[in-house]
Amino acid sequence: MLVDLVLAIIWLGISAYGIFGGADFGAGIWDLLAGGPARGERPRRLVERVIGPVWEANHVWLIFVLVYLWTAFPEPFVAIATTMYIPLTIAAIGIIFRGAGFAFRKWASSVARARMAGAAFAGSSLITPFFLGAVAGGIASGRVPLGFAAGDRWSAWLNPTSILGGVLAVLACAFVAAVLLTWEAYRDRDAEMVEYFRVRGLATGTLAGMVALGGVAVIRLDAPELFEGLTTPLGIAVVGLSAAGGIATLNALSRYRLAFGRMAAGVATIAVLWGWGVGQYPDLLPGAASVTDFAASPPVLRALIWAFVAAIAIAIPALVYLFTLTERGRLGESGAVATGSTQDLLDRLRE
Amino acid sequence: MSILLQAATELDLLAARNQMAVSLGFHIVFAALGIGFPFITLLAHRRGLKRSDPDALLLAKRWSKTMAVLFAVGAVSGTILSFEMGMLWPGLMGPFGDVIGLPFTLEGISFFAEAIFIAIYLYGWKRMPAKWHYRSLYPIVAAGITGSFFIVSVNAWMNAPGGFDIAADGSIVDVEPLAAMFNSAVAVQYTHMLLAAYMSAGFLVAGVYAWSWLRGRREPIIRLGFLIAFSVAAIAAPIQVLVGDVATRRLIEAQPAKFAAIELLPETRANAPFTIGGRLVDGEVQGAIEIPGLASFLGARDVNAEVPGLDAVPPSDRPSDRLATLVHWSFQTMVVIGTALLALAAWFGWSWWRRRQPPASHWFWRSAALAGVAAVVAMEAGWITTEVGRQPWVVHGLVRTADAVTPAPGLIWGLSAIVVIYLGLGTITVLVLRRMARQFETGEEVSTPYGPAERG
Repeated sequence: MLVDLVLAIIWLGISAYGIFGGADFGAGIWDLLAGGPARGERPRRLVERVIGPVWEANHVWLIFVLVYLWTAFPEPFVAIATTMYIPLTIAAIGIIFRGAGFAFRKWASSVARARMAGAAFAGSSLITPFFLGAVAGGIASGRVPLGFAAGDRWSAWLNPTSILGGVLAVLACAFVAAVLLTWEAYRDRDAEMVEYFRVRGLATGTLAGMVALGGVAVIRLDAPELFEGLTTPLGIAVVGLSAAGGIATLNALSRYRLAFGRMAAGVATIAVLWGWGVGQYPDLLPGAASVTDFAASPPVLRALIWAFVAAIAIAIPALVYLFTLTERGRLGESGAVATGSTQDLLDRLRE
Repeated sequence: MSILLQAATELDLLAARNQMAVSLGFHIVFAALGIGFPFITLLAHRRGLKRSDPDALLLAKRWSKTMAVLFAVGAVSGTILSFEMGMLWPGLMGPFGDVIGLPFTLEGISFFAEAIFIAIYLYGWKRMPAKWHYRSLYPIVAAGITGSFFIVSVNAWMNAPGGFDIAADGSIVDVEPLAAMFNSAVAVQYTHMLLAAYMSAGFLVAGVYAWSWLRGRREPIIRLGFLIAFSVAAIAAPIQVLVGDVATRRLIEAQPAKFAAIELLPETRANAPFTIGGRLVDGEVQGAIEIPGLASFLGARDVNAEVPGLDAVPPSDRPSDRLATLVHWSFQTMVVIGTALLALAAWFGWSWWRRRQPPASHWFWRSAALAGVAAVVAMEAGWITTEVGRQPWVVHGLVRTADAVTPAPGLIWGLSAIVVIYLGLGTITVLVLRRMARQFETGEEVSTPYGPAERG
């Protein structure tokens, strides 16, 4: 029971990373595909505005998932980390480039567009989700045995389910980001950008749905145990929810119900991730370890639950406040100085 | 423990250790700035509000933007470390991941809070009431203090493992996360690191303004920027020397081999000499200057006291000659720099006490300009001392580093990639900071990560 609660918390973290990190990576992908400096300027500006202040949340979710995994399930964690040394290293390098792109983006935009920084930022947005998806595919298809680097260091992530996981991750990121950016463009009353991202949302959503559908066949052949898990009543419900979410998003996009579309896209993405979890439950490493086999002891699990409660209590109010602050600067007000603010005081003192 | 394993080759073990050293050595610089810089910014902002000082407010604003760039680089390099812990050191994280997991979790919360409030502070300049904007610095400073505690507690645990029992079959049982976190080494090690972070940040920031002073700039804002940052470091410096002394003496009981390597003492003996320089060759000290009895005096406050040498532990538990020499040199580098920084702080303190002015000598300003880099070198040397000094153990007395490493082959590629990438990242960071400094001088609006887009 305690274990299941911690597992649910971990999957909440994975979901948050899927949504927020996904939108972030996806925005980077659209940055990559936006074309030359002149043509790509408007979409890039929108991307920059939307992901600027919230970017850091994405790293936090990833760290959160890693740390909870190794604390609650140390042995399975090191089995994954060591067998998946190659794809995880590539993903980690992608994260460095992604973060460096973020840290220096504003500098880069003023120095001759700094092609390299732009390419690093955008390219890593493709690489990191692909390899993380490939790792997930390798775990789900039972290619990570217990022990240190005990799995095959190539085929553990170069296999049909991993490729499916990687491609699906990239498409999901692009899809979530396009839907979010459509909504943000709509709030900017930027009709051209609404169309720009709406079309891309429709395209990637359709593509992601087709890949997911074809993926069922891949899973059936390559990961029969996962397929079995997905065809239990609960599995079918989650898969159905994902499909319904995807269709609802496409429908909403084509009818310009953009706020609803954004939510539906989130549901579809989260449902895919929970589908993975439900599909292999109660196995943590399919074929090697169930969730109870190597779980940490109850005091550790309880500490993790309390830490989660503390995290929520601290982070949520602060995050909400940050969003209201960033919203206040929207719609061309970013240059305005509020009366009674520090900048206001500074300006008066300097006169 | 129950599973003994080895790296694919000796080279792989070396690569894994060096990858960890490079990753930590890179991250620690940004971590220290993330801990110390917000406090310095808080002092400037506070002065700006209390005395209606526009220069102080402007400094706070500039520093907050610099802080954001540094924090972003620190966030990335910290994320990489959490990958590496599992990928490279399964023999540590597998058996003990649950024992040391809680502080990592709590550090995550600190980091999250720090990231959010840095963004709030950056957005708040134009949009929040002044008082609350200032107060949004409190959580940033607090998160630096708590976050560093949690991370250092894990390292302290590796020096003084506790909070669990070992069953007859070798498995880890009765895990008490809080007991592991509040281990016997954490108090002194944490204080030492916190002060190191404030010193590094203080001297680094002050060094920038000392450099401006040397280039002939005498505006009040240069002087103020120097004074605020330098004062923080100057106050920390003498305390640091005392804490460092406690930390070293503690080792005699807790980690005698580390103490022996620090003092380069092959044999346990009374009236042990203090060894300046030198190296260990086949268990003998060569090329050193020895001051009789001083190691005994420093370690036990008695020139005739017996202090442990490397022979205090079995041969298999000693660091190699090369590693012991490295520990010795790292420690002495740290001590020399720490003493020099203390002298510099005293020079400043004396001048301030007599004349309410920093020293006018160019030699003071030249030294101050270099003090930041020196403080970082001392901090790195300190980490090399404690990490290499613990060898051959990764968890003192329990798990050997060679047994904890992953058996995966080809680790040299990961090391190579990290070295190349961090060299690039470090270079770009310096270039960006220099560019920001120029923009500050010309009065341009500077945009920064986490913050709103600036017009200008």
